Amino acid sequence: MAEKPRTLPIFKRGFNFEMLMWYFTRLSALAMYAIILFAIIGALVMGARTQMNFADIMRWGFMPNGTHVQNTNIPDLAPWVIPFWKVVASGLLLIATAHGVHGLVVIADDYIAHPRGRQFVRILSIVFMLSMIGIGLYIIWTS
Amino acid sequence: MGLKRNVSLFTGLRYQGKGPMLTFVLHRIGGLGMAIFVAMHILASFLGGDVGKFLNAIYENWLFQIFIFFCVLFHAINGLRITIFDLWPKLIEYQREAIWVEWAVFLPIYGFAVLVIINTAMGG
Repeated sequence: MAEKPRTLPIFKRGFNFEMLMWYFTRLSALAMYAIILFAIIGALVMGARTQMNFADIMRWGFMPNGTHVQNTNIPDLAPWVIPFWKVVASGLLLIATAHGVHGLVVIADDYIAHPRGRQFVRILSIVFMLSMIGIGLYIIWTS
Repeated sequence: MGLKRNVSLFTGLRYQGKGPMLTFVLHRIGGLGMAIFVAMHILASFLGGDVGKFLNAIYENWLFQIFIFFCVLFHAINGLRITIFDLWPKLIEYQREAIWVEWAVFLPIYGFAVLVIINTAMGG
């Protein structure tokens, strides 16, 4: 190998909004892994092993929302639509939307160099994020 | 202060980053694909009606499923690699090996899923 990689220790790299979002992107990725695994384990505990096929379990895992298991062989929808799973689904929605919209901003910043263009993209993305969160929460808590 | 670019688009397109560049591009395409899909999916379940049915018909299509599953699986596996390497930067020495491992994990899972999707689409 050539020279050693030039990396600073994790707490000596400065701190600002971009840095915060850099961490958020990584940590929210891990959080989404955790939540999806948790939802899949929950589905198996609630009897999905014999009542659902793999695709339906994954669909539940990616968004633990009652409408995602309506068309399966589960005998009783009641344990799947308790507020607990709505809270888990809301958490996943918030994390995923923030992660995704920040990703869109990063992509836009790579192609839009003008400061005013970037500011426009930021405002647009905040509006988009808030409306997606609003609509998503409405669907989760009313379905 | 606007950024000034010294590289034209044409030069950028000729950049040959090989393996790591390929994962960067696919990660970007996957992220975009998922963002658009999830936004459409949320809107479809909110609006319902004819618009909802139209959007549902798109993502129930087997071709779209093959595409979106590529987005999800590649973004998830590549994102895990990025997270691991960013949180433990000393491992960066092994990033080329990690990309090989990534493909070794991705291809069997994706290949099997595509077989299942096509099989289901043909009525099996």
